[in-house]
Parts: sequence; C-alpha cells; structure tokens
Amino acid sequence: MANSPLLDGPSGARPQKFITWQRFVVYGCLIGCALFFLFPLYIMIITSLKNIDEIRAGNIFVPTMHPTLDAWFKAWDSACTGLYCEGIKVGFWNSIKITVPSTIVSILVASLTGYSLANWPFKFSEGFFSVLLLSSFIPYIVMVYPLVIITRYMGIFSTLPAVVLVHTIFGLPLLTLLFRNYFASLPGELFKAARVDGAGYWQIFFLVFAPMSMPIFTVAVILQVTGIWNDFLFGVIYAGPTNYPMTVQLNNIVNSATGGKAYNVDMAATILTGLVPLAIYFISGKYFVRGIAAGAVKG
Amino acid sequence: MDRPNPLFRNLWSKIAALPMMLIVLVVFVGGTAWTVLFSFTNIKIVPIFTPREWVNGFIGLANYQRLFNTDRWMNCPGLTHIGRSDWEPTCMGALPNVVTYVILAVVLSMSLGFVLAVLMDQKIRAEGLFRTIYLYPFALSFIVTGHVWAWIMSPEYGLQASVRAMGWTSFDFGWIADRHMVMYAIAVAGIWQGTGLVMALMLAGLRGIDEDIWKAARVDGIPAWRTYLQIVLPMMKPVLVTTFVIVCSGAVRIYDLVVALTDGGPGISSDVPTRYVYTNFSANLGQSLSASTVMLVTMAVLLIPWIRMEFGKKSQG
Repeated sequence: MANSPLLDGPSGARPQKFITWQRFVVYGCLIGCALFFLFPLYIMIITSLKNIDEIRAGNIFVPTMHPTLDAWFKAWDSACTGLYCEGIKVGFWNSIKITVPSTIVSILVASLTGYSLANWPFKFSEGFFSVLLLSSFIPYIVMVYPLVIITRYMGIFSTLPAVVLVHTIFGLPLLTLLFRNYFASLPGELFKAARVDGAGYWQIFFLVFAPMSMPIFTVAVILQVTGIWNDFLFGVIYAGPTNYPMTVQLNNIVNSATGGKAYNVDMAATILTGLVPLAIYFISGKYFVRGIAAGAVKG
Repeated sequence: MDRPNPLFRNLWSKIAALPMMLIVLVVFVGGTAWTVLFSFTNIKIVPIFTPREWVNGFIGLANYQRLFNTDRWMNCPGLTHIGRSDWEPTCMGALPNVVTYVILAVVLSMSLGFVLAVLMDQKIRAEGLFRTIYLYPFALSFIVTGHVWAWIMSPEYGLQASVRAMGWTSFDFGWIADRHMVMYAIAVAGIWQGTGLVMALMLAGLRGIDEDIWKAARVDGIPAWRTYLQIVLPMMKPVLVTTFVIVCSGAVRIYDLVVALTDGGPGISSDVPTRYVYTNFSANLGQSLSASTVMLVTMAVLLIPWIRMEFGKKSQG
C-alpha cells in the first residue's frame, strides 16, 4: 500500500514503477479529459473539410471520405457577412491593423509608467498605484459609454484610431502592474550603479533595464496580442463596420446565413479566426501560461 | 558627466507617467464615477456632463426600481408566494442567469481543475502534452468557442442528431434550444474554455506545497486522498481564493460567449447583464447605467476582501 504511486508525494525523482491499477486510473482520467478538450477541435477540422450535403446527411463524428478545402477558400475569400461577400480576410487585416499599434503603444506607455513607479517614485506614486490596481478589476462595460462619449467628442468614434485607443487604455493597468513588479524585483544595486555612473532616466531604461527585461516584454506582447485579437465587444462598438475585427466578421458570417447554414464554411472561418492566438500559444509555451495567469484578472 | 539634477530626474519620471495618470483619472475614475452618478438621473441619449444637468435630471433610485421590475433583468413569478401552492423557487432574467452561470462555472471548473491538477501531479509521462491539450481552449476567443459549441449542440445536425442516428434515440442534448437548459449549455462551453487555466493555477499551488508535508503524512500512514483533501487543500487557500476570484470575475462579465452561442435565446432566456447593458445603450440609457452599476457593486463585493488579503501585506501583484 505505502509504495503505490498514488500515495507518493508530488516532488522528488523516483525510480520507474510497474504499471499498477492506480496508474491505469490516473492515465484513464487524463486521457478521458484530454478527449473532451480535443473533441471540439476535431469536430471543427472534420466539419470544415466536408461539403454541405455530407453535413446534412452524415454524422458529426465521422470524417469525410472526400476531404475538400473549398469551405476554407470560401471562408477566407467570399463568405458573406451581411454587408458584403469578401470573406473573413477583411477581418483578418482589420485585426492586424488594430492589434499591432495597440500592442506597441500600450507596452511602451506601460513599461515607462511601471519603470517610473518602481524606480523613480514621486509624491503620489503609491496612491496612484493603488488606484491602478483597482482599475484593472472594473468590468469594462461600466466604462464603455463614457468612452463612447469621449471618442465622439474627439471625433474618432467608429474609426480605427478609436478602437486602438480603447484597447491601449484597457491594456494599460494590468501591463503597468506587470512591469512595475518586474522592475521592482530587479536588484536595486543595478539601478544605483547606473546612477553612480551618471546614467539618467532614459539611459537606465533603454540601456540597462529594457535589454534585461525581455521575458516580461515577451509576456506582455503575448498578453496583448491574444487579448486584442480575441476581443469582440470593443471591436463591435468602437471600430465601425469598415474596420470590424476578425471576431466580429466571424460572428456576422455565421449569423448571415442565407438559404441554410453553411456549417463547413462557418467552421473553416472559426478555425481561421482562432489560428493566430493558437499559433502564439503553441510557439510561446510557458510564456503564454505566465501571460494568461497575469491577464486572467483583467476587467 | 554631471549627475542629473534631481528636479530634471523627477520631471522625466512624471512626464513618462503622465499619460497613464490622465487615463486613470479620466477613464477609470472619471468614467466609472460618471456611470454611477448618472444612473441616478433620467439621462437620455444626449450626453450630459455638468453638475447642473445632474441635479436637474436627478430621479433618485427610479432607474433601479425600474430595473428590478423589468422581466428581462429579473423575474421571479412564484418566489414570494411562500407557503402557497404556486410557490416556485425559480427566477428568470439576466441577473438570475448570470448567477446560475457563476455558480456552475465556479463549482464545475474549480472541482474539475483541481482533480486534473492532482492527476497531473502524479509524476505522469507526457505532462507537457496533457497541459498543452487542457490549456489550448484558453487561447481562443469566446466567439470561436461559442460558434464551435453552437455547431456541436445544434439539435438539427449536431451531437444530438448523430447520437440518435447511431441508435440511442432518446438521447437529449438540445440544450441551446431549451429555455430551462440553455445556461447549462453555455456553462459547458465556458468550462471547456476555462478549466485549463484553473488546472494550471492549482498545479502551481500543489507544486508549492512543502515536500516535508507529504513525508510526514506518509510516516503517519495517512492515505493520499485524505492528505490532499484535509492537509494540502487547506494549505492551498491563497491559490484557491485567487482562482475563485479569477473564475468569478470572468463569469460575472460573460458576454461574447453568450452572443456567439445563443445570442440570448431562445427568446431572452439566456440574456446576461453585460448584454442587457449593451442592448439598452441606445434606447434606454438609464437602464444601462443602473445595470452596470449593479455589476460594479457585485464585483466590488467579490474583490475587496481579496485585494485586502492579497495586496494588503505589501506582497507582489
């Protein structure tokens, strides 16, 4: 009893054991859950490769004997969103146009603010930090209407700059906290040594801190790119119909079915929309986990 | 090179922090305050800003009164008939829906996430592969998740039809078309997307437990399942509370998933507060603002004890 794997602690190396029934149960549960998590991905892929008659006649579990990429081409190039029939590629490029500037601006502002708060404290910086902390938890929807008024007043409502501005604003509190905590965790001697050598605010940031902070910049980029790419609410409110991001286009394509739903095209469009964040996830690995753990709390 | 002059140094730091301070003051503090304050007025589409307009439009709690008398927000036809034959402990509307969703998400994703973390902690092979599989849904947009599950749960061609075609004719999974089951359908999709994160957080918590605890428990002959439930679980309290807050705050503001999966249907039976706020912006701003304030207060009640616990002792965020 005392030697069975289930009774062993979670840490420390240990010699290989024979397969016991406990191991069997552990792997059985893990694989069973893995199947639940993989099932929708499997369904998405096989559905996108079928033609519409096979979907109507066939079984959702069974892959097609005659796979075709027609649905993929249609989803990318000619699926209708209710306004026009140019496929989801329009949304793809809009999402790029929204994501790239929002990511760059928010990381630039947040890293500088975090650096100021961590290393150059000023009179109200502690109080400011607490307000920042609270801000990152307020549900977005509470501030949506005030921001509609603000962007209308600025004359940019329903344009690309508006949605970029909104994404930048809502990314800031969390990113600033992330950078502030990271810079505060760097050894204080480093900062003092640079000061003694005569380096100023900008020199320390760009020549000392930024080069050694690549992990946190990576986490910030992953957090922002996936977060902004996956957003729906801000895109639909602030971007305006010509700048709708990919998620909004996907929703419109799925909902604008004329003459019966084309599930194969819908699923191809769905995979295409999920492809960018999935690629980031598979490439970045542990940075992604750190990023989402930090990002999960945001409003 | 001269040492930088202190005034100059402070100046740069302040200038760099200035955009952020403006945003915090105008958008986060100002915007939230505006929403709360003008939820007490009879505001129409035309935006009002000045204290005079606020005083003139002030109607007290009338918006809230109307909100809680709106069936779409909350409707409990038989709840108050306690002791009578038509007593019915059920509520419908956006608020009860989100409460159902929060409870389901918290209970199911936290218990499934904990079990998965414990299983992952058994020195298994291919841990990285399992972690990748459990976590990938979290990388996806709720819109993507919603449309995949809408297809799987489509009563006409989806899982239900296919299982019935294979011979199990009484199989019932038409939840998204059933007004009593639709929130459960949304919860299935939400749990599919979010449980991987819960597992990752809990696994990190399990790995943080001192190994000596396990040795001591083994020496005392306590079986592993009891060690997990009675010793490890209480020790993981900070991780559990953080996970609870993350799951809760995510579930309270659920929106995209509902839009993609059901768009509030059938009828309005899967409406949720964020959707209620959004759809009332143009026609019924007072309702939007008061409903957002209710969400804000809910979130504050959830978060303030946690923030005091987590950040009160000057620990790292």
